[in-house]
Amino acid sequence: MRTMKHIKSGALHICLLAIAVIQVFPLFWLLGFSLKDNNEIFGGNIAGLPQNWRFSNYASAFNQANVLQYLLNSILVTAATILITIVLAATAAYAIQRMIWKGRNIAMKGILVGMMVPIHAVLLPLFIVLSKIKLLNTYWALIIPYVAFGLPLAVYLFSSFMVSIPREMEEAAAIDGCNIYKLFFRVMLPLIRPAIATVSIFTFISSWNELMFAVTFINKQEYKTLTVGIMSMVGAYTTKWGEIGAGLMIATVPTVAIYLLLSDQVQNSLVAGAVKG
Amino acid sequence: MKKILSNKKAITLFVCPTILIMLVIVVVPIFISAYYSMLDWDGLGKGTFVGLRNYMELAGDERFVNSIKNSLLYVFFSLFIQLPISLLLAIVVANVKRGEKFYRTTYFIPVIISGVVIGQLWQKIYNGDYGLLNALLGSLHLEHLQQDWLGQESTALIAAFIPNLWQYVGYHMLIMYAGIKSISPEIYEAATIDGANSRQIAFKVTIPLLKPVLEVCVTFSLIGALKIFDLIYVLTGGGPFFTTEVPTIYMYKTIFDSFHYGYGSAISIFIILECFVFTMLLKLFFRNKEEQV
Repeated sequence: MRTMKHIKSGALHICLLAIAVIQVFPLFWLLGFSLKDNNEIFGGNIAGLPQNWRFSNYASAFNQANVLQYLLNSILVTAATILITIVLAATAAYAIQRMIWKGRNIAMKGILVGMMVPIHAVLLPLFIVLSKIKLLNTYWALIIPYVAFGLPLAVYLFSSFMVSIPREMEEAAAIDGCNIYKLFFRVMLPLIRPAIATVSIFTFISSWNELMFAVTFINKQEYKTLTVGIMSMVGAYTTKWGEIGAGLMIATVPTVAIYLLLSDQVQNSLVAGAVKG
Repeated sequence: MKKILSNKKAITLFVCPTILIMLVIVVVPIFISAYYSMLDWDGLGKGTFVGLRNYMELAGDERFVNSIKNSLLYVFFSLFIQLPISLLLAIVVANVKRGEKFYRTTYFIPVIISGVVIGQLWQKIYNGDYGLLNALLGSLHLEHLQQDWLGQESTALIAAFIPNLWQYVGYHMLIMYAGIKSISPEIYEAATIDGANSRQIAFKVTIPLLKPVLEVCVTFSLIGALKIFDLIYVLTGGGPFFTTEVPTIYMYKTIFDSFHYGYGSAISIFIILECFVFTMLLKLFFRNKEEQV
């Protein structure tokens, strides 16, 4: 009986491990071919380890293919998006959740409806407006739409987090003579740090990976983010797998690194996003 | 306290930026799109108002109907292949004694990677001459199965779906897994005492209790399938000969490659309505089910 059980659980683990391999192997393969040159790939060594580790692929992706520029743009756009989203969403959530005014329920519902809107619906109007006010090919052409589409979920996450925070701290601070701004920045903001982490992670992943806005609103080299940049790099380097692989790795490493460091938190953030989204 | 919390100036300062940015970027453009969809307009000068003519043309547009067929087939794949796999994995991983966290973490990795990277990577996996898949088949002596997976009409559509299934299996698994973990262990104890085996527990206890979570997954997977863009755009761009084209791709090409702004906007409005209708249908479906139970 016991040996049966051992065999069964062994077989189960083998299946689970096989699936784990399927989920991760393509990424290792990517790492592998990012270090090969065409002679090696087209000469038959497709799946194996590189014979010469060509780190020069990374150097040429960074320098000749502009990937460094794309990387910096992605970092800038993503950081600005996260920062603005947090400030706007946390203040709005605070006003809706804690402050006293008519229309707060309607405001909340209106914001949440925004979660259902697919970005396809606004692509052309935004493109036309952005081109009229000469914002195409600027960082703002990405930051503003990313913030707008990130806000509903962020407001939702902040306000459901604030519900669970007891009011005593704010009351004590109010008695000490704090005004509303101090209540928010000195008392509430430190208390919602876990929600800030969740919102940051969620916003990071969605804006770092976004393609449709980026490919439509940006066509100048100086402002391309990694997703668009790599698309144009692929166009120019169609046959150089090594360099393309290096570019793909550079776009992937930051997210994977953050994930490996904070895997539980990243998982929770994305699940929290789904359950309301 | 009350006085502090009723500070009108602070409320305005806190709420208005959010409301304003959402109005300008999310709400108003939808109405503009709806207006554009009634124009015959190439983006230059002013369009002419044609009422619902674009929509009527859509109904008879074979390329459009074909793109809807493709996306519905993809919905079918997501709901009836991806989600059952995720559910099975969630149940198994939630009950496995060792390595729970390892499996969860590994299965989830593809979720965080950009569609561009996934698309490029799978393009190379599928490559007819030097791809990983064909190399693998070669090493198994299955040379007769080697083919240009994305380049030929017979396999392109299925091949274009698989990377997305692969990417999001771990996502749905994790949502379901979290749902399973939140079911109280006492219920399982009671079922075990009553003599239920693990299959009975899965079907009679876990799955019924997971219904709210499953509703989330089904909605997410369905809407995600209807809106799919990045991956197909990168993998095939809709080709060969429109075999992998979905409405989002057709919309994008109509607007930004052929400059039919009005016609493309009609497609975008169709996509919104389609998502909305499906969401409502799902709500109805799950509500009816709950009443029956």
